[in-house]
Amino acid sequence: MLIDRIKLFESGFQAIKENIEKLLQQSDAKAVLLVDRDGNLITNAGETEKIDLESFATLAAADFAATSQLAELIGEQQFLTLYHQGERDHLYFQALARNIIIAVIFDQRTTLGLVRVRVKHAAQTLSKILEDIFGGQEQLAPEEEARIEDISKDIEDELDRLFG
Amino acid sequence: MALINYATREINFKIVYYGPGLGGKTTNLRWIYGELDQNTKGKMITLATEMDRTLFFDFLPVDLGRVRGFQTRLRLYTVPGQVFYNATRRIILRGADGLIFVADSQRERREDNLDSLRNLKDNLATFDLRLPDVPYVMQYNKRDLPNLMTVAEMDELLNPNRVPYFESVATQGIGIFETLKEIAKTVIRKF
Ligand SMILES: Nc1nc2c(ncn2[C@@H]2O[C@H](COP(=O)(O)OP(=O)(O)OP(=O)(O)O)[C@@H](O)[C@H]2O)c(=O)[nH]1
Ligand SMILES: [Mg+2]
Repeated sequence: MLIDRIKLFESGFQAIKENIEKLLQQSDAKAVLLVDRDGNLITNAGETEKIDLESFATLAAADFAATSQLAELIGEQQFLTLYHQGERDHLYFQALARNIIIAVIFDQRTTLGLVRVRVKHAAQTLSKILEDIFGGQEQLAPEEEARIEDISKDIEDELDRLFG
Repeated sequence: MALINYATREINFKIVYYGPGLGGKTTNLRWIYGELDQNTKGKMITLATEMDRTLFFDFLPVDLGRVRGFQTRLRLYTVPGQVFYNATRRIILRGADGLIFVADSQRERREDNLDSLRNLKDNLATFDLRLPDVPYVMQYNKRDLPNLMTVAEMDELLNPNRVPYFESVATQGIGIFETLKEIAKTVIRKF
């Protein structure tokens, strides 16, 4: 809940984005997404125009969450990776630090083996970046905090306008 | 859990509809989906049984537009109310920024409401949370039916923390946006 609030700032976000794009290239995948455990899409790269990203992120997170429960039932902590094989397109998911998930969409241009290796490599780098970001979560610049408060008032106006 | 992305200027809030099976949670989301403009809402996802009972969740993203440069989005979820779906219910509850408890006003559903509220508290406890610590509002639904508990009775029974409550008829859209607006405001104020 509120304690769990995720804040992403420019520098951390850029580092994440660069690594996601690098993974896309090195794995020859169609698309790569980074999603938090509640299905918030953090960033994406590749051919995503035809995908409803919000739905994808929500369902990927739900898939992962459900599978984690299955893991517990058989005495595993968590499944760190998930693979879904389609006729043309396939999905490969990998859990990172802090319950963030990499989702890779790929087709015959590459192989599961290559995707697996590249994701594993990227996961180490990304997990470290995420730990750095969330470890330093308390150091919010005061002027940014102030800006959030201002927003609350505006959002209330927006709610009045939208919902009557 | 709220995601604030300063780099892309986005804020997401997660709001969860909780309550007993057949109480009207999915009907709330359907009504909201039906009323909002195409550019305000995303796709509604429903993971349900063949009998139209929620199996995992319903999901609807609602865009509040840009507020001082921040794209602000409510991510609405319903849980499955049926008792035996607790594992999936817990998954959806986790990380909620705010809750709407949809109670069924019919007198014969008294115990089901109580059970669901108790279950909510138990599930929150597994995340080390207590209900009073969580932003939430009550919705007393199905006010169009006969043999109802009075609002005073329901409040006495289900609302010891005296949070805001709304009478609703979800099938007719009565009280739906009032409830949503209140929880959204509460969540944002606490933010
Ligand atoms: N008369 C009346 N019927 C309602 C009202 N709200 C919901 N219903 C009906 O109650 C039934 C159950 O509603 P749902 O929205 O599916 O209930 P739910 O809480 O999502 O149920 P689960 O998915 O099992 O948890 C449906 O047939 C609805 O049409 C209401 O205000 N009045
Ligand atoms: Mg439902």
